[in-house]
Amino acid sequence: MSTTENTTGRGTKDVHIGDDSAIAREAVLPAAGGSDPRPLAAPTTSVNPIQRDHATTIFEKSVAGRRAFVAPDAGVPEVALDEIIPAAFRRKAPARLPQVTEPELVRHYVRLSRRNFDLDTGFYPLGSCTMKYNPRLHERVGALPGHARLHPFQTADHAQGALEVMYGLERQLAEVSGLPHVCLQPSAGSHGELAGVLLARAYHEARGEKRTKVLTPDTAHGTNPATVTMAGLEVVKVATNPDGGVDIDDLRAKADEDVALIMLTNPNTLGIFDPNIEEIASIVHGVGGVLYYDGANLNAIMGISRPGDMGFDIVHFNLHKSFTQPHGGGGPGSGPIAVSDRIAPYVPVPVIRREEVPAADGEGTTHRFDLVSDPDRLPDGAPGSKTIGKLRGFQGNYGVFVRCYSYILSLGGSGLKDASEVAVLNANYLLAKLEELGVRKQLPLAFGTRCMHEFVISGGPMKRELGIRTLDLAKRLLDHGFHPPTVYFPLLVEEALLIEPVETEARETLDAFAEALAEILREAGEDPTIAQNAPYSTPVRRLDEAGAAKKPRIRQPIA
Amino acid sequence: MTRYTTATDADREAMLAAVGVSSISELIAEQIPQSLLLDRPLDIPEGLSEQEVYTELASLAARNTSAEDEVTFLGAGMYDHYVPSIIDMLLGRSEFLTPYTPYQPEVSQGGLQVMFEYQTAISELTALPVSNASVYEGPSAVGAAAYLAKLVNGKKRIVVSAGVHPHTIQMLGTLAVGYGSEVVVVPLKDGATDQEAWAAAVDGETSCAILQQPNFLGAVEDVQALSDAAKDDSPAVVIGAYDPLTLGVLAPPGETGVDVAVGEGQTLGNRLDFGGPSFGFFAAREAFLRRMPGRIAGETVDVDGRRGFVLTLQTREQHIRREKATSNICTSQALNALAGVVYLGWLGREGLPELANLLVQRTHYARTTLAAIDGVELLHEQPVVREFALRLPGVDVEQLVSYVQDHGVNPGLALTRTHAGTYDDGLLVAVTEQRTKEQIDELAALIGDAIAAQRGGATSANARTEISA
Repeated sequence: MSTTENTTGRGTKDVHIGDDSAIAREAVLPAAGGSDPRPLAAPTTSVNPIQRDHATTIFEKSVAGRRAFVAPDAGVPEVALDEIIPAAFRRKAPARLPQVTEPELVRHYVRLSRRNFDLDTGFYPLGSCTMKYNPRLHERVGALPGHARLHPFQTADHAQGALEVMYGLERQLAEVSGLPHVCLQPSAGSHGELAGVLLARAYHEARGEKRTKVLTPDTAHGTNPATVTMAGLEVVKVATNPDGGVDIDDLRAKADEDVALIMLTNPNTLGIFDPNIEEIASIVHGVGGVLYYDGANLNAIMGISRPGDMGFDIVHFNLHKSFTQPHGGGGPGSGPIAVSDRIAPYVPVPVIRREEVPAADGEGTTHRFDLVSDPDRLPDGAPGSKTIGKLRGFQGNYGVFVRCYSYILSLGGSGLKDASEVAVLNANYLLAKLEELGVRKQLPLAFGTRCMHEFVISGGPMKRELGIRTLDLAKRLLDHGFHPPTVYFPLLVEEALLIEPVETEARETLDAFAEALAEILREAGEDPTIAQNAPYSTPVRRLDEAGAAKKPRIRQPIA
Repeated sequence: MTRYTTATDADREAMLAAVGVSSISELIAEQIPQSLLLDRPLDIPEGLSEQEVYTELASLAARNTSAEDEVTFLGAGMYDHYVPSIIDMLLGRSEFLTPYTPYQPEVSQGGLQVMFEYQTAISELTALPVSNASVYEGPSAVGAAAYLAKLVNGKKRIVVSAGVHPHTIQMLGTLAVGYGSEVVVVPLKDGATDQEAWAAAVDGETSCAILQQPNFLGAVEDVQALSDAAKDDSPAVVIGAYDPLTLGVLAPPGETGVDVAVGEGQTLGNRLDFGGPSFGFFAAREAFLRRMPGRIAGETVDVDGRRGFVLTLQTREQHIRREKATSNICTSQALNALAGVVYLGWLGREGLPELANLLVQRTHYARTTLAAIDGVELLHEQPVVREFALRLPGVDVEQLVSYVQDHGVNPGLALTRTHAGTYDDGLLVAVTEQRTKEQIDELAALIGDAIAAQRGGATSANARTEISA
């Protein structure tokens, strides 16, 4: 898949660029000596002018008098605004929004879209993000007016289809997690975490216990400690052992009667399934703590192993990871939680109830779904009967539920398991391929010998031996038409690269990615400045992030 | 093998050989203790073909009564506005739909520039200089703003007007446990925030004072008076939860003393979707920039001097600051915010006030027409933009809603669902540009019929033909 772009002429370099990418090819000329390696912008082949657009904003394209919107006639007798809303409450000057026609609007945003790399175009092995294919069927069913134009305050009798989707998804997620109750409300993983920590807190407080500590491994996602602070509790870090799991001695030392909960990801952010998980559960349960499972890595274990069976009390799901909600360039997501019986009474409202009712024809019974917000209408001990309240408006991101419910219907139980198994196989195959190509000499596996669905390699030896950092490697990958892995996370691995190849990627893609890594290392051995100054073929090259933060320009000044 | 999993049997064999194991089970058994392996298949039925899944989801959709199926006057936080066709097209593009958060700016300029333009549009709309790239949705945006206030002044009392959406007030109660704060609710008087009670509730220990514009009952609040009162001898951060479309006609928060303006973005080109996903907008005074939650895009240049955009001020965020972050938010609502900025560009500088005026005119007509029905009164007489509240003394409003719905029209929200014991005879009616004069007249007739029916009088409803959306 890699090709060599041979350019002729003095001082030019061979630059390897992926050939299946929409990204334009461009030759590059590091300056002589490499000390001031400013590459020439020396396009030789098809530089894509659209990708190299000057980044003119829609506001800068505004021309007085142009418009896209034409209002329908009011059709009612017009009354002077002054008679309806006093002038003092009204806006004096209109918001300076763009003045553009519809064709211009479409062209502007379509051209902008072509300055994005996306999952449909190329491999996106972003660790911990589970960039799996987003089936278009889901967009079609999500757009059906019966789902898309359903008002969230519609009465339950007129929303039975939606409530059945939600109830069905709750049951499916409960089965995957091994926990009995599911609340779909949280908007994203971090929101699910906040729900989880507040639930654990409510559970302890209802028992008259004021516990303040939350144990989080030093490999945890940043959202874990940030959430703990927002929930008014205190983070206590637990060390990682040489095998990449929780350091049991450190855990024992820190687990005491003040511990409200432990937040774990398993497999963890190193891609390692902690074999001591039952012992960890028993230690934390032993001091009366609650176990919280960060479901970011659920894609490794669907149908294989279940957090509920490992002893966890609360699990959040990232429906935008394992269950194919498109990431949308940074949202929307959805972060439902599954909980054990002891946590269930505290879950946010409304809860969905399935009730047996007499059939319309008087013969036997049928069922109907209801949304219940009032805890007094719920039986003692039932989910929501001692609710912590609400975390957002309405019921949650229903549009996401429709997509994920469709996905689970498509795959079925055995398909979910197959997805996880192939995710694990793909990760281990890529690891083997990197070994075969000699890549792991300079990019060794950080922990262990095998992995679950993702793995962490360290760019430490590469940095010392070849003089290029993980950041350089990542940027050079862009020229090969690949999205880089997650970089510099987890924090405890030097120059970390967290790679998650997912089950929807073909073996040939993994081979090509491994070869690109090998090629970048080979190239760096000859001339590290090429990677150090990469990328070359992208819509823009390395950006001044420090400058952006120092003097923030976060909106377009408008004349 | 599923239709989305790529490895064939031959692939699997070759890959297992490369890994050096004989089966995937072996690979997994090496890593997961036997006792934790699920010893049975998941109790989820076998997978279905694409067409079968479509049929199932279509039949579920058909069991809902959507705004496509009835003439709806339901609002109360989300509204049936028209979504222009270009939004479906642009949001469906792979390049916007499928990327992750723009962690690699060199290949994410499209998404980052959209964020930058979105932030600009929100700043223009609110007259506040800084905006983030969106948060989850409306009520949780208020929660995030209250957290910002706590970080800014360290105070622990949240004062909130009873005119704020009941979901938001309930959510503040939930979050306040974590923030270590208390929530004080200020009552309404004549449908708007009671200014004396508000002034009395806000004091030196108040962290933030939260109002909603227009409020839950549709009333336009005197925001300037409320902000002035809240800042009198108090460190309180004034937070306004706005319906962004009404800013086509109402004074912007930045010009009426509001420090942080947030709100539900659904009305800006997003679907109803039974409540989500949508987005929350979040704009503030310059001084709060480094305390803002969520992603922020900033303008910069690349090594060749080309204009470009990056995620900026990331030292606020969880992945850098961990427990000291200004928020735990990670995923925001980029795709929904894209719909928002496209929608605002589509409306444009002149279109937004024109649409707002249309809403005001039709809503005024509806309010006047419905209030003229025998047995119907205004719940309050404050000015309104696109929603208003009625009282129907002695009427079972939920039953009335059901009656009117049976005739193809959804008359709005029975307030007993959100304010039982306070507004049991209340009905909250929203009028978008999708509701015509004829539909409003039809609603008036049906409400009249429903009241008559409940009073045991004659009804013309049987003779009335159902109207469709």
